[in-house]
Amino acid sequence: MLPVIEVRNLDLNYDDFVVMRNLNFSVQKGDIFVVMGGSGCGKSTLLKALIGLKEPATGDILYKGQDFWKQDNIEQQKMMRRFGVLYQSGALWSSLTLGENVALPLELYSDLDAEQVREVVALKLALVGLAGYADFYPSEISGGMCKRAGLARAIALDPDIIFFDEPSSGLDPLCARMLDDLIIQLRDTLGATIVVVTHELASIFAIGNNSILLDSESKTMIAMGDPKDLLNNSQDHRVIQFLTRGEK
Amino acid sequence: MPLEKLAFDYSQPKTLRIKLSGDWQITAGLPGIEEVASQLCAHTDIQKIYFDVSQMTKWDSGLVSFVLELIKDCQAKNIQVIREGLPQGADKFLTLALKVHGNVVPHQIVGESFVNRVGGGIIRIMQGMCLLIDFLGEITYAFIRFFTGKAYFRWNDFITIMKKCGADALGLVSLISVLVGIILAFVGAIQLELLGAQIYIADIVGIAMVRVMGAVMTGVLMSGRTGASFAAELGIMQTNEEIDALKTLGVNPVEFLVMPRVLALIIMMPLLTIYADFMGILGGLIVSTSMLNINPIEYLNHTQTAVKLNNLWVGLVHSLVFAVIIAVAGCLRGIQCQRSASGVGEATTSAVVTAITCIVIATAIITYVCQVIGV
Repeated sequence: MLPVIEVRNLDLNYDDFVVMRNLNFSVQKGDIFVVMGGSGCGKSTLLKALIGLKEPATGDILYKGQDFWKQDNIEQQKMMRRFGVLYQSGALWSSLTLGENVALPLELYSDLDAEQVREVVALKLALVGLAGYADFYPSEISGGMCKRAGLARAIALDPDIIFFDEPSSGLDPLCARMLDDLIIQLRDTLGATIVVVTHELASIFAIGNNSILLDSESKTMIAMGDPKDLLNNSQDHRVIQFLTRGEK
Repeated sequence: MPLEKLAFDYSQPKTLRIKLSGDWQITAGLPGIEEVASQLCAHTDIQKIYFDVSQMTKWDSGLVSFVLELIKDCQAKNIQVIREGLPQGADKFLTLALKVHGNVVPHQIVGESFVNRVGGGIIRIMQGMCLLIDFLGEITYAFIRFFTGKAYFRWNDFITIMKKCGADALGLVSLISVLVGIILAFVGAIQLELLGAQIYIADIVGIAMVRVMGAVMTGVLMSGRTGASFAAELGIMQTNEEIDALKTLGVNPVEFLVMPRVLALIIMMPLLTIYADFMGILGGLIVSTSMLNINPIEYLNHTQTAVKLNNLWVGLVHSLVFAVIIAVAGCLRGIQCQRSASGVGEATTSAVVTAITCIVIATAIITYVCQVIGV
């Protein structure tokens, strides 16, 4: 079966500075794929390349067999509409209410009338536990609620792939756990493929069924597979150290 | 006194025992390692250094940083520093500090030659020009899409922006324009009174305000107020990944964020300029009637006669050009903003400086062109 995402020989640079090189992995439909690695190792840069914000130095990123960076601008934008992205800070548009934030993608890319848009917005907000918050501005709610509202916006168009950038960061353990549960529910209900960039071990083991581990020293991926299998079977001390917080 | 905190014992061969006494906290005034270094220069046979802290009363990271500096200095001189005599906490602290020091690659500042710096500066200017042309092209394309009904345009946002950069600025524009009118009238009055031609103050204030000063003062005010606000808003959106969120949704940030701001300012600037013209004339009227005993009706009649329609058109052309300059400078700097608090500050400053500089240059060019074509 054709993978939903396939990355081949990917190198990522900032001018002359090499961030990552020789990345090769694939993500199957329905996977919760975790990109792991220490702070500053290039996880977010990889995510930017995956969601079409940063062009790779070399290599290919294929979505269902279609090479993203070899498409023209219009085709790239069409492909991007099939992505939902939850940014680290939520990245809600601050001048719009939560309802307007979720409604914007629907107004842009669906044929729904205003009443139908309102109904879908209410549904998406309810899905993330924010029913009744449609008229609040991002500045009026907590960080955790902002993330959930960001998630509601990310799933507004029922995307095929949902990307999460550090979903648990800045959240208390209960909120983080709730978000993890929500990610699994989204995979199960929407049938979406999920890509999560994180270094939170609790989340990694709770949700991930496939992963890669990026290493800042060798500037490439040093492990791939189910995080639990990596913990139990990996012979690489760097992998074990990361997955046990350096305790083994 | 710092020096009293250090004493040196050479009783054992090839060994220096440093006696630390008193308070070794950062706030207590500590000696530098120069004192130890000078002792080591005087006794070149020293191979080991020990510490005696029996007389030391208090310590904190001041002691640790002193010993750390000493260790680094002694490493270069092949002298062994024995940390056994130090307090246990200080020793742990040092272990941690030395571990960190060992891993850090020192940041090297490479000096650039004059030619490199000049070349680099020219390249940056050229890159800036290319970015500006690119940005102007994107704005033009967004306007084409808008006028052909293809752009996604939120009228609510547009009206809010118009209110912010128009109605909300009226107070400030009123104050400054009245004061500019008063200043112009005062300056003119001193000279014209000598000739007994005070009534011509109406001509001076009227023509100056309508032709150029109303637009220039409004432009400068709007650069500091609206241009800075555009840069800060977009800069913070860049920092908060809001612009990335638009891009991943397939929405062109120029179309969604920049075009409404440019359009709002293009509409509001001429209106504000006309308003500023009236306020400036009012300022001149206040000075003329209160200090020079000129009849207000006579003043207004003189103004009406002196200010021709072409003066108004020249003023409006100024205001339109300034509107584009302010909006483009503010939005461009905001979009280019680095993702940090200082980046937003720099973007805001840069937007204001760019806009005011360009306003002055544009004024000079428009004035010259008007002179040449006889308007």
